[in-house]
Amino acid sequence: MSQWWTYTLSDLLMFSARTYWRLLELLNRELWPLHLLTIAVGMLVMGCILRPAARARRSAYLLLGASWAWVGWVYHLQRYADINTGAPYFAAGFALQALLLWIMSLRTRNFDPSPARWRIGIVIASAGVLLYPLLALLDENGWRRAEVFGIAPDPTAIATLGVLLALRAHPIAWLIPLSWCAVTSATLLELRAWQAWVPAAIALLAIAAGLLLRRRERALSSRADPPT
Amino acid sequence: MSPDSPQRRRLLTSLLGVSGSLLLPPLHAAPAALITRAIPSSGEAIPVIGLGSWITFNVGRDPQARAECAAVMRQFFAGGGRLIDSSPMYGSAQDVIGEALAAIKPARLFSADKVWISGGARGPGQIETSRRLWRVPRFDLLQVHNLLSWQEHLPQLLAMKREGRLRYVGITTSEGRRHAEIENIMASQPIDFVQVSYNALDRDVEQRILPLARERRIGVIVNRPFRQGDLTQALAGKPLPGWGAEIGCSTWAQALLKFIVAHPAVTCAIPATSNVNHVRENLLAGSGRLPDEALRKRIALDAGRLA
Repeated sequence: MSQWWTYTLSDLLMFSARTYWRLLELLNRELWPLHLLTIAVGMLVMGCILRPAARARRSAYLLLGASWAWVGWVYHLQRYADINTGAPYFAAGFALQALLLWIMSLRTRNFDPSPARWRIGIVIASAGVLLYPLLALLDENGWRRAEVFGIAPDPTAIATLGVLLALRAHPIAWLIPLSWCAVTSATLLELRAWQAWVPAAIALLAIAAGLLLRRRERALSSRADPPT
Repeated sequence: MSPDSPQRRRLLTSLLGVSGSLLLPPLHAAPAALITRAIPSSGEAIPVIGLGSWITFNVGRDPQARAECAAVMRQFFAGGGRLIDSSPMYGSAQDVIGEALAAIKPARLFSADKVWISGGARGPGQIETSRRLWRVPRFDLLQVHNLLSWQEHLPQLLAMKREGRLRYVGITTSEGRRHAEIENIMASQPIDFVQVSYNALDRDVEQRILPLARERRIGVIVNRPFRQGDLTQALAGKPLPGWGAEIGCSTWAQALLKFIVAHPAVTCAIPATSNVNHVRENLLAGSGRLPDEALRKRIALDAGRLA
Protein backbone atom coordinates (compact mmCIF):
# COMPACT_ATOMS: atom_id res chain seq x y z
CA MET A 1 0.00 0.00 0.00
CA SER A 2 1.55 3.28 -1.03
CA GLN A 3 1.63 6.21 1.42
CA TRP A 4 0.40 3.85 4.12
CA TRP A 5 0.99 6.47 6.78
CA THR A 6 -1.92 8.49 5.40
CA TYR A 7 -4.35 5.64 6.15
CA THR A 8 -6.26 5.58 9.42
CA LEU A 9 -7.83 2.55 11.05
CA SER A 10 -11.22 3.45 9.64
CA ASP A 11 -9.80 3.43 6.07
CA LEU A 12 -8.76 -0.19 6.55
CA LEU A 13 -12.03 -1.37 8.01
CA MET A 14 -13.88 -2.92 5.09
CA PHE A 15 -17.02 -4.35 6.68
CA SER A 16 -19.84 -3.11 8.88
CA ALA A 17 -20.48 -4.05 12.51
CA ARG A 18 -23.59 -5.86 11.37
CA THR A 19 -21.61 -8.04 8.95
CA TYR A 20 -18.96 -8.77 11.60
CA TRP A 21 -21.49 -9.99 14.18
CA ARG A 22 -23.58 -11.86 11.61
CA LEU A 23 -20.45 -13.80 10.63
CA LEU A 24 -20.09 -14.95 14.21
CA GLU A 25 -23.79 -15.75 14.47
CA LEU A 26 -23.73 -17.89 11.31
CA LEU A 27 -20.55 -19.64 12.43
CA ASN A 28 -22.10 -20.44 15.81
CA ARG A 29 -25.23 -21.77 14.14
CA GLU A 30 -23.18 -23.94 11.81
CA LEU A 31 -20.85 -25.40 14.43
CA TRP A 32 -23.26 -25.92 17.34
CA PRO A 33 -22.95 -28.07 19.52
CA LEU A 34 -19.19 -28.16 18.98
CA HIS A 35 -19.03 -25.28 21.47
CA LEU A 36 -19.64 -27.70 24.31
CA LEU A 37 -16.56 -29.67 23.31
CA THR A 38 -14.33 -26.59 22.89
CA ILE A 39 -15.41 -25.23 26.29
CA ALA A 40 -14.68 -28.67 27.78
CA VAL A 41 -11.22 -28.51 26.16
CA GLY A 42 -10.72 -25.06 27.68
CA MET A 43 -11.65 -26.35 31.12
CA LEU A 44 -9.34 -29.33 30.68
CA VAL A 45 -6.50 -26.93 29.86
CA MET A 46 -7.29 -24.99 33.02
CA GLY A 47 -7.27 -28.27 34.97
CA CYS A 48 -3.88 -29.16 33.52
CA ILE A 49 -2.23 -25.95 34.67
CA LEU A 50 -3.25 -26.66 38.26
CA ARG A 51 -1.04 -29.74 38.26
CA PRO A 52 2.74 -29.47 38.59
CA ALA A 53 3.56 -32.60 36.54
CA ALA A 54 5.31 -32.11 33.19
CA ARG A 55 2.70 -34.36 31.56
CA ALA A 56 -0.08 -31.96 32.59
CA ARG A 57 1.79 -28.97 31.15
CA ARG A 58 2.41 -30.91 27.95
CA SER A 59 -1.30 -31.66 27.63
CA ALA A 60 -2.19 -28.00 28.26
CA TYR A 61 0.12 -26.81 25.46
CA LEU A 62 -1.02 -29.55 23.07
CA LEU A 63 -4.71 -28.79 23.58
CA LEU A 64 -4.14 -25.06 23.41
CA GLY A 65 -2.11 -25.46 20.20
CA ALA A 66 -4.92 -27.51 18.67
CA SER A 67 -7.40 -24.77 19.61
CA TRP A 68 -5.27 -22.10 17.90
CA ALA A 69 -4.89 -24.19 14.76
CA TRP A 70 -8.63 -24.89 14.64
CA VAL A 71 -9.64 -21.24 15.19
CA GLY A 72 -7.12 -20.11 12.55
CA TRP A 73 -8.67 -22.53 10.10
CA VAL A 74 -12.39 -22.37 10.86
CA TYR A 75 -12.70 -18.71 11.81
CA HIS A 76 -9.97 -16.79 9.99
CA LEU A 77 -9.42 -18.79 6.84
CA GLN A 78 -12.90 -20.23 6.30
CA ARG A 79 -15.06 -17.28 7.38
CA TYR A 80 -13.27 -14.04 8.25
CA ALA A 81 -11.29 -14.13 4.99
CA ASP A 82 -14.61 -13.64 3.14
CA ILE A 83 -14.90 -10.10 4.49
CA ASN A 84 -11.36 -9.17 5.49
CA THR A 85 -8.45 -9.38 3.05
CA GLY A 86 -6.09 -9.45 6.07
CA ALA A 87 -7.64 -12.63 7.51
CA PRO A 88 -5.28 -15.10 5.74
CA TYR A 89 -2.40 -13.35 7.54
CA PHE A 90 -4.25 -13.72 10.84
CA ALA A 91 -4.75 -17.41 10.03
CA ALA A 92 -0.99 -17.73 9.44
CA GLY A 93 -0.34 -16.06 12.80
CA PHE A 94 -2.70 -18.48 14.54
CA ALA A 95 -1.00 -21.45 12.82
CA LEU A 96 2.38 -20.14 13.98
CA GLN A 97 1.13 -19.84 17.55
CA ALA A 98 -0.20 -23.41 17.37
CA LEU A 99 3.21 -24.59 16.20
CA LEU A 100 4.93 -22.68 18.98
CA LEU A 101 2.65 -24.20 21.62
CA TRP A 102 3.24 -27.69 20.25
CA ILE A 103 7.01 -27.13 20.30
CA MET A 104 6.69 -25.91 23.89
CA SER A 105 4.82 -29.11 24.76
CA LEU A 106 7.97 -31.08 23.86
CA ARG A 107 10.14 -29.08 26.23
CA THR A 108 8.16 -29.20 29.46
CA ARG A 109 9.60 -29.81 32.90
CA ASN A 110 8.02 -30.32 36.29
CA PHE A 111 7.08 -26.88 37.53
CA ASP A 112 5.23 -25.80 40.62
CA PRO A 113 3.98 -22.27 40.10
CA SER A 114 3.64 -19.90 43.01
CA PRO A 115 0.06 -19.72 44.34
CA ALA A 116 -0.22 -16.12 43.15
CA ARG A 117 0.92 -17.06 39.63
CA TRP A 118 -1.53 -19.85 39.11
CA ARG A 119 -4.38 -17.98 40.77
CA ILE A 120 -4.02 -14.99 38.47
CA GLY A 121 -3.42 -17.32 35.51
CA ILE A 122 -6.60 -19.26 36.29
CA VAL A 123 -8.61 -16.05 36.66
CA ILE A 124 -7.49 -14.82 33.24
CA ALA A 125 -7.99 -18.23 31.60
CA SER A 126 -11.47 -18.42 33.17
CA ALA A 127 -12.25 -15.00 31.73
CA GLY A 128 -11.56 -16.48 28.29
CA VAL A 129 -13.20 -19.87 28.70
CA LEU A 130 -16.12 -19.21 31.06
CA LEU A 131 -16.87 -15.50 31.23
CA TYR A 132 -16.28 -14.34 27.65
CA PRO A 133 -19.29 -16.16 26.13
CA LEU A 134 -21.49 -14.53 28.80
CA LEU A 135 -20.69 -11.06 27.41
CA ALA A 136 -23.11 -11.87 24.58
CA LEU A 137 -25.96 -11.86 27.09
CA LEU A 138 -25.45 -8.13 27.55
CA ASP A 139 -26.45 -7.63 23.89
CA GLU A 140 -29.90 -7.93 22.43
CA ASN A 141 -28.86 -10.86 20.22
CA GLY A 142 -27.89 -13.00 23.21
CA TRP A 143 -26.33 -16.44 22.83
CA ARG A 144 -26.46 -16.38 19.05
CA ARG A 145 -23.43 -14.10 18.93
CA ALA A 146 -21.56 -15.59 21.88
CA GLU A 147 -17.78 -15.69 21.48
CA VAL A 148 -16.64 -19.10 22.64
CA PHE A 149 -13.15 -20.43 23.39
CA GLY A 150 -11.93 -22.66 20.55
CA ILE A 151 -14.42 -21.16 18.07
CA ALA A 152 -13.83 -17.41 18.21
CA PRO A 153 -10.32 -15.89 18.35
CA ASP A 154 -10.75 -13.37 21.20
CA PRO A 155 -11.58 -15.77 24.07
CA THR A 156 -8.99 -18.22 22.72
CA ALA A 157 -6.25 -15.58 22.88
CA ILE A 158 -7.35 -14.39 26.33
CA ALA A 159 -7.47 -17.90 27.81
CA THR A 160 -4.02 -18.52 26.31
CA LEU A 161 -2.59 -15.49 28.09
CA GLY A 162 -3.83 -16.93 31.38
CA VAL A 163 -2.20 -20.29 30.65
CA LEU A 164 1.08 -18.70 29.56
CA LEU A 165 1.11 -16.62 32.74
CA ALA A 166 0.38 -19.60 35.01
CA LEU A 167 3.03 -21.78 33.35
CA ARG A 168 5.60 -18.99 33.18
CA ALA A 169 6.02 -19.48 29.44
CA HIS A 170 8.76 -17.84 27.41
CA PRO A 171 7.87 -14.23 26.43
CA ILE A 172 7.99 -15.19 22.74
CA ALA A 173 4.85 -17.27 23.24
CA TRP A 174 3.04 -14.11 24.35
CA LEU A 175 3.67 -12.13 21.17
CA ILE A 176 0.89 -13.46 18.92
CA PRO A 177 -1.87 -13.59 21.60
CA LEU A 178 -1.00 -10.03 22.66
CA SER A 179 -0.88 -8.84 19.04
CA TRP A 180 -4.27 -10.40 18.40
CA CYS A 181 -5.74 -8.64 21.46
CA ALA A 182 -4.46 -5.34 20.04
CA VAL A 183 -5.85 -6.06 16.54
CA THR A 184 -9.25 -7.17 17.78
CA SER A 185 -9.62 -4.25 20.19
CA ALA A 186 -8.75 -1.81 17.38
CA THR A 187 -11.26 -3.50 15.06
CA LEU A 188 -14.03 -3.45 17.64
CA LEU A 189 -13.21 0.15 18.45
CA GLU A 190 -13.69 1.09 14.80
CA LEU A 191 -16.92 -0.91 14.75
CA ARG A 192 -17.97 1.12 17.79
CA ALA A 193 -18.59 -2.06 19.78
CA TRP A 194 -18.70 -1.67 23.54
CA GLN A 195 -16.63 -4.87 23.93
CA ALA A 196 -13.63 -3.11 22.32
CA TRP A 197 -11.82 -2.43 25.59
CA VAL A 198 -12.16 -6.00 26.95
CA PRO A 199 -9.35 -7.86 25.07
CA ALA A 200 -6.93 -4.91 25.42
CA ALA A 201 -7.66 -4.49 29.12
CA ILE A 202 -7.19 -8.21 29.87
CA ALA A 203 -3.98 -8.26 27.81
CA LEU A 204 -2.61 -5.29 29.77
CA LEU A 205 -3.61 -6.96 33.02
CA ALA A 206 -1.79 -10.15 31.98
CA ILE A 207 1.36 -8.19 31.02
CA ALA A 208 1.33 -6.26 34.30
CA ALA A 209 0.77 -9.46 36.32
CA GLY A 210 3.53 -11.26 34.41
CA LEU A 211 6.05 -8.48 35.03
CA LEU A 212 5.17 -8.10 38.72
CA LEU A 213 5.26 -11.84 39.37
CA ARG A 214 8.60 -12.22 37.61
CA ARG A 215 10.07 -9.43 39.74
CA ARG A 216 8.65 -10.87 42.92
CA GLU A 217 9.84 -14.39 42.14
CA ARG A 218 13.33 -13.12 41.35
CA ALA A 219 13.44 -11.26 44.64
CA LEU A 220 12.28 -14.36 46.50
CA SER A 221 14.84 -16.60 44.82
CA SER A 222 17.70 -14.19 45.54
CA ARG A 223 16.61 -14.13 49.19
CA ALA A 224 16.48 -17.93 49.25
CA ASP A 225 19.98 -18.21 47.70
CA PRO A 226 22.03 -15.44 49.32
CA PRO A 227 25.40 -14.78 47.69
CA THR A 228 28.25 -16.57 49.43
CA MET B 1 -57.92 7.07 -30.22
CA SER B 2 -56.18 3.81 -31.00
CA PRO B 3 -54.97 1.63 -28.08
CA ASP B 4 -51.40 2.60 -28.85
CA SER B 5 -51.87 6.21 -29.87
CA PRO B 6 -49.49 8.78 -28.42
CA GLN B 7 -52.43 10.86 -27.10
CA ARG B 8 -53.76 7.84 -25.18
CA ARG B 9 -50.35 7.10 -23.81
CA ARG B 10 -49.93 10.72 -22.72
CA LEU B 11 -53.36 10.72 -21.09
CA LEU B 12 -52.70 7.48 -19.24
CA THR B 13 -49.30 8.69 -18.16
CA SER B 14 -50.67 11.93 -16.82
CA LEU B 15 -53.54 10.14 -15.04
CA LEU B 16 -51.13 7.67 -13.51
CA GLY B 17 -48.85 10.51 -12.55
CA VAL B 18 -51.66 12.41 -10.82
CA SER B 19 -53.01 9.36 -9.00
CA GLY B 20 -49.46 8.37 -8.03
CA SER B 21 -48.66 11.74 -6.57
CA LEU B 22 -51.94 11.81 -4.64
CA LEU B 23 -51.89 8.27 -3.32
CA LEU B 24 -48.24 7.56 -2.60
CA PRO B 25 -45.72 9.23 -0.32
CA PRO B 26 -42.85 10.90 -2.18
CA LEU B 27 -40.47 8.03 -1.40
CA HIS B 28 -42.62 5.58 -3.32
CA ALA B 29 -43.55 7.87 -6.18
CA ALA B 30 -42.82 6.71 -9.70
CA PRO B 31 -39.18 7.62 -10.28
CA ALA B 32 -38.62 10.74 -12.32
CA ALA B 33 -36.15 10.42 -15.17
CA LEU B 34 -32.62 10.50 -13.86
CA ILE B 35 -30.46 13.35 -14.99
CA THR B 36 -27.64 12.07 -17.18
CA ARG B 37 -24.20 13.46 -17.93
CA ALA B 38 -22.14 12.79 -21.01
CA ILE B 39 -18.87 10.97 -20.47
CA PRO B 40 -16.55 13.64 -21.87
CA SER B 41 -14.34 11.28 -23.89
CA SER B 42 -17.21 9.55 -25.72
CA GLY B 43 -20.42 11.55 -25.30
CA GLU B 44 -22.18 8.48 -23.89
CA ALA B 45 -24.76 9.57 -21.32
CA ILE B 46 -24.86 7.95 -17.87
CA PRO B 47 -27.10 8.78 -14.88
CA VAL B 48 -25.56 11.12 -12.32
CA ILE B 49 -26.32 8.73 -9.48
CA GLY B 50 -24.43 5.43 -9.36
CA LEU B 51 -24.00 2.81 -6.68
CA GLY B 52 -20.88 2.23 -4.61
CA SER B 53 -20.15 -1.04 -2.80
CA TRP B 54 -17.42 -0.21 -0.23
CA ILE B 55 -18.35 -1.88 3.09
CA THR B 56 -22.08 -2.15 2.30
CA PHE B 57 -21.79 -5.08 -0.13
CA ASN B 58 -18.98 -6.90 1.71
CA VAL B 59 -21.32 -9.26 3.54
CA GLY B 60 -19.47 -12.55 3.11
CA ARG B 61 -21.72 -15.54 2.54
CA ASP B 62 -24.60 -14.37 4.73
CA PRO B 63 -27.62 -15.34 2.58
CA GLN B 64 -29.93 -12.83 4.25
CA ALA B 65 -27.52 -9.92 3.73
CA ARG B 66 -26.86 -11.03 0.14
CA ALA B 67 -30.60 -10.97 -0.54
CA GLU B 68 -30.76 -7.43 0.87
CA CYS B 69 -27.90 -6.32 -1.40
CA ALA B 70 -29.72 -7.85 -4.37
CA ALA B 71 -32.85 -5.91 -3.37
CA VAL B 72 -30.80 -2.72 -3.28
CA MET B 73 -29.46 -3.42 -6.77
CA ARG B 74 -32.93 -4.33 -8.07
CA GLN B 75 -34.27 -1.01 -6.79
CA PHE B 76 -31.28 0.81 -8.25
CA PHE B 77 -31.85 -0.58 -11.74
CA ALA B 78 -35.64 -0.14 -11.46
CA GLY B 79 -35.05 3.52 -10.64
CA GLY B 80 -32.94 4.03 -13.74
CA GLY B 81 -29.47 3.59 -12.20
CA ARG B 82 -26.71 2.07 -14.30
CA LEU B 83 -23.20 2.51 -12.89
CA ILE B 84 -22.07 0.15 -10.12
CA ASP B 85 -18.56 0.50 -8.75
CA SER B 86 -16.50 -2.08 -6.88
CA SER B 87 -12.94 -3.28 -6.31
CA PRO B 88 -10.98 -6.43 -5.47
CA MET B 89 -10.18 -4.58 -2.24
CA TYR B 90 -13.83 -4.76 -1.13
CA GLY B 91 -13.79 -8.35 0.15
CA SER B 92 -16.83 -10.29 -1.03
CA ALA B 93 -18.52 -7.26 -2.69
CA GLN B 94 -17.66 -8.30 -6.26
CA ASP B 95 -19.18 -11.74 -5.80
CA VAL B 96 -22.26 -10.28 -4.10
CA ILE B 97 -22.71 -7.94 -7.09
CA GLY B 98 -22.14 -10.78 -9.58
CA GLU B 99 -24.68 -13.04 -7.89
CA ALA B 100 -27.29 -10.27 -7.90
CA LEU B 101 -26.54 -9.35 -11.54
CA ALA B 102 -27.04 -12.98 -12.58
CA ALA B 103 -30.46 -12.96 -10.90
CA ILE B 104 -31.61 -9.48 -11.98
CA LYS B 105 -30.14 -9.45 -15.50
CA PRO B 106 -30.39 -5.65 -15.79
CA ALA B 107 -31.08 -4.23 -19.21
CA ARG B 108 -28.46 -1.52 -18.78
CA LEU B 109 -25.42 -1.93 -16.60
CA PHE B 110 -22.30 0.21 -16.51
CA SER B 111 -19.78 -1.98 -14.72
CA ALA B 112 -16.96 -0.09 -13.04
CA ASP B 113 -14.28 -2.04 -11.25
CA LYS B 114 -10.64 -1.55 -10.28
CA VAL B 115 -7.26 -3.18 -10.41
CA TRP B 116 -5.58 -3.17 -7.01
CA ILE B 117 -2.42 -5.22 -6.84
CA SER B 118 1.30 -4.52 -6.57
CA GLY B 119 3.13 -4.97 -9.85
CA GLY B 120 1.78 -5.00 -13.38
CA ALA B 121 2.39 -8.72 -14.04
CA ARG B 122 -0.39 -9.74 -11.67
CA GLY B 123 -2.88 -7.18 -13.01
CA PRO B 124 -4.43 -9.25 -15.86
CA GLY B 125 -4.98 -12.22 -13.52
CA GLN B 126 -6.72 -10.06 -10.96
CA ILE B 127 -8.90 -8.41 -13.63
CA GLU B 128 -9.96 -11.81 -14.93
CA THR B 129 -10.81 -12.99 -11.40
CA SER B 130 -12.86 -9.82 -10.87
CA ARG B 131 -14.68 -10.30 -14.20
CA ARG B 132 -15.65 -13.86 -13.25
CA LEU B 133 -16.89 -12.70 -9.85
CA TRP B 134 -19.00 -10.00 -11.53
CA ARG B 135 -20.21 -12.61 -14.06
CA VAL B 136 -19.98 -10.07 -16.92
CA PRO B 137 -18.41 -10.59 -20.36
CA ARG B 138 -16.27 -7.48 -19.94
CA PHE B 139 -16.01 -4.36 -17.81
CA ASP B 140 -17.12 -0.95 -19.02
CA LEU B 141 -14.60 0.85 -16.85
CA LEU B 142 -11.45 -0.29 -15.07
CA GLN B 143 -9.63 2.05 -12.75
CA VAL B 144 -6.24 1.85 -11.07
CA HIS B 145 -7.23 1.74 -7.41
CA ASN B 146 -5.51 4.33 -5.22
CA LEU B 147 -2.81 4.67 -7.90
CA LEU B 148 -1.24 1.37 -6.78
CA SER B 149 1.44 0.46 -9.38
CA TRP B 150 -0.29 2.81 -11.82
CA GLN B 151 2.81 3.09 -14.04
CA GLU B 152 2.44 -0.61 -14.85
CA HIS B 153 -1.35 -1.04 -14.79
CA LEU B 154 -2.32 2.01 -16.82
CA PRO B 155 -0.56 0.96 -20.08
CA GLN B 156 -2.19 -2.48 -19.75
CA LEU B 157 -5.65 -0.99 -19.30
CA LEU B 158 -5.13 1.38 -22.22
CA ALA B 159 -4.04 -1.60 -24.36
CA MET B 160 -7.22 -3.48 -23.31
CA LYS B 161 -9.25 -0.46 -24.43
CA ARG B 162 -7.47 -0.33 -27.81
CA GLU B 163 -8.18 -4.03 -28.31
CA GLY B 164 -11.90 -3.51 -27.55
CA ARG B 165 -11.79 -5.52 -24.32
CA LEU B 166 -12.57 -2.48 -22.21
CA ARG B 167 -14.51 0.72 -22.88
CA TYR B 168 -13.04 3.21 -20.43
CA VAL B 169 -9.92 3.62 -18.30
CA GLY B 170 -9.57 5.56 -15.07
CA ILE B 171 -7.66 6.18 -11.86
CA THR B 172 -8.92 6.56 -8.30
CA THR B 173 -8.02 8.05 -4.99
CA SER B 174 -9.96 8.76 -1.82
CA GLU B 175 -9.93 11.08 1.15
CA GLY B 176 -7.77 13.64 -0.62
CA ARG B 177 -4.67 11.45 -0.98
CA ARG B 178 -1.97 12.01 -3.64
CA HIS B 179 -3.82 14.77 -5.44
CA ALA B 180 -0.61 16.12 -6.97
CA GLU B 181 0.09 12.77 -8.57
CA ILE B 182 -3.53 12.48 -9.73
CA GLU B 183 -3.16 15.87 -11.43
CA ASN B 184 0.04 14.77 -13.17
CA ILE B 185 -1.64 11.64 -14.52
CA MET B 186 -4.70 13.60 -15.61
CA ALA B 187 -2.45 16.02 -17.47
CA SER B 188 -0.27 13.40 -19.12
CA GLN B 189 -2.29 10.21 -19.68
CA PRO B 190 -5.27 9.58 -21.99
CA ILE B 191 -7.64 8.49 -19.21
CA ASP B 192 -11.44 8.66 -19.41
CA PHE B 193 -12.29 8.89 -15.71
CA VAL B 194 -10.86 10.04 -12.42
CA GLN B 195 -12.49 8.99 -9.15
CA VAL B 196 -12.08 11.22 -6.10
CA SER B 197 -13.71 11.95 -2.74
CA TYR B 198 -15.87 15.05 -2.79
CA ASN B 199 -18.69 16.32 -0.61
CA ALA B 200 -20.07 19.52 0.86
CA LEU B 201 -17.32 19.59 3.51
CA ASP B 202 -14.35 18.04 1.66
CA ARG B 203 -13.94 20.38 -1.28
CA ASP B 204 -10.21 20.24 -2.10
CA VAL B 205 -10.86 18.87 -5.58
CA GLU B 206 -12.69 22.07 -6.55
CA GLN B 207 -9.36 23.90 -6.62
CA ARG B 208 -7.49 21.99 -9.31
CA ILE B 209 -8.80 18.49 -10.07
CA LEU B 210 -12.33 19.38 -11.15
CA PRO B 211 -11.22 22.29 -13.40
CA LEU B 212 -8.50 20.07 -14.87
CA ALA B 213 -11.04 17.33 -15.55
CA ARG B 214 -13.15 19.78 -17.55
CA GLU B 215 -10.12 21.07 -19.41
CA ARG B 216 -8.84 17.58 -20.27
CA ARG B 217 -12.35 16.17 -20.92
CA ILE B 218 -12.08 13.55 -18.18
CA GLY B 219 -15.17 12.19 -16.45
CA VAL B 220 -15.35 12.50 -12.66
CA ILE B 221 -16.78 9.82 -10.36
CA VAL B 222 -17.30 10.98 -6.78
CA ASN B 223 -16.86 8.57 -3.90
CA ARG B 224 -17.68 9.02 -0.20
CA PRO B 225 -20.38 11.64 -0.85
CA PHE B 226 -21.57 11.29 2.75
CA ARG B 227 -18.12 10.79 4.34
CA GLN B 228 -19.03 7.13 4.73
CA GLY B 229 -22.27 7.98 6.51
CA ASP B 230 -20.68 10.29 9.08
CA LEU B 231 -22.07 13.38 7.37
CA THR B 232 -25.67 12.21 7.15
CA GLN B 233 -25.41 10.93 10.71
CA ALA B 234 -24.13 14.29 11.94
CA LEU B 235 -26.99 16.04 10.16
CA ALA B 236 -29.66 13.58 11.28
CA GLY B 237 -32.42 15.40 13.12
CA LYS B 238 -31.27 18.82 11.87
CA PRO B 239 -34.09 20.28 9.78
CA LEU B 240 -33.27 20.98 6.15
CA PRO B 241 -33.20 24.75 5.61
CA GLY B 242 -35.83 26.41 3.42
CA TRP B 243 -33.71 26.10 0.28
CA GLY B 244 -34.36 22.31 0.32
CA ALA B 245 -37.83 22.83 -1.13
CA GLU B 246 -36.41 25.00 -3.95
CA ILE B 247 -34.51 22.02 -5.32
CA GLY B 248 -37.09 19.37 -4.44
CA CYS B 249 -35.14 17.88 -1.53
CA SER B 250 -36.79 16.51 1.57
CA THR B 251 -33.66 15.12 3.25
CA TRP B 252 -30.07 16.16 3.87
CA ALA B 253 -28.84 13.11 1.94
CA GLN B 254 -30.60 14.34 -1.20
CA ALA B 255 -29.29 17.88 -0.74
CA LEU B 256 -25.72 16.63 -0.22
CA LEU B 257 -25.94 14.53 -3.38
CA LYS B 258 -27.43 17.39 -5.38
CA PHE B 259 -24.59 19.60 -4.18
CA ILE B 260 -22.14 17.14 -5.74
CA VAL B 261 -23.83 16.31 -9.02
CA ALA B 262 -24.64 19.96 -9.69
CA HIS B 263 -20.94 20.63 -10.19
CA PRO B 264 -20.49 20.77 -13.96
CA ALA B 265 -17.31 18.65 -13.90
CA VAL B 266 -18.95 15.76 -12.02
CA THR B 267 -20.20 12.87 -14.14
CA CYS B 268 -21.56 10.63 -11.41
CA ALA B 269 -21.68 10.23 -7.61
CA ILE B 270 -21.58 6.71 -6.14
CA PRO B 271 -23.21 6.60 -2.70
CA ALA B 272 -23.06 3.13 -1.13
CA THR B 273 -25.94 1.73 0.86
CA SER B 274 -27.43 -1.55 1.99
CA ASN B 275 -30.86 -0.01 2.49
CA VAL B 276 -33.49 -0.07 -0.27
CA ASN B 277 -35.14 3.13 1.01
CA HIS B 278 -31.83 4.93 0.83
CA VAL B 279 -31.37 3.87 -2.80
CA ARG B 280 -34.75 5.37 -3.63
CA GLU B 281 -33.81 8.52 -1.78
CA ASN B 282 -30.43 8.73 -3.50
CA LEU B 283 -31.98 8.27 -6.93
CA LEU B 284 -34.45 11.06 -6.23
CA ALA B 285 -31.46 13.35 -5.83
CA GLY B 286 -30.57 12.57 -9.43
CA SER B 287 -33.73 14.12 -10.79
CA GLY B 288 -35.49 17.47 -10.78
CA ARG B 289 -33.84 20.83 -10.22
CA LEU B 290 -30.19 21.07 -9.32
CA PRO B 291 -28.81 23.91 -7.19
CA ASP B 292 -27.03 26.78 -8.93
CA GLU B 293 -23.61 27.96 -7.75
CA ALA B 294 -25.05 30.38 -5.17
CA LEU B 295 -27.23 27.68 -3.65
CA ARG B 296 -24.36 25.18 -3.67
CA LYS B 297 -22.40 27.62 -1.53
CA ARG B 298 -25.32 27.87 0.90
CA ILE B 299 -25.63 24.08 1.09
CA ALA B 300 -21.92 23.76 1.91
CA LEU B 301 -22.15 26.58 4.44
CA ASP B 302 -25.22 25.16 6.20
CA ALA B 303 -23.87 21.59 6.15
CA GLY B 304 -20.60 22.82 7.66
CA ARG B 305 -22.45 24.83 10.30
CA LEU B 306 -24.84 22.06 11.34
CA ALA B 307 -22.70 18.91 10.96
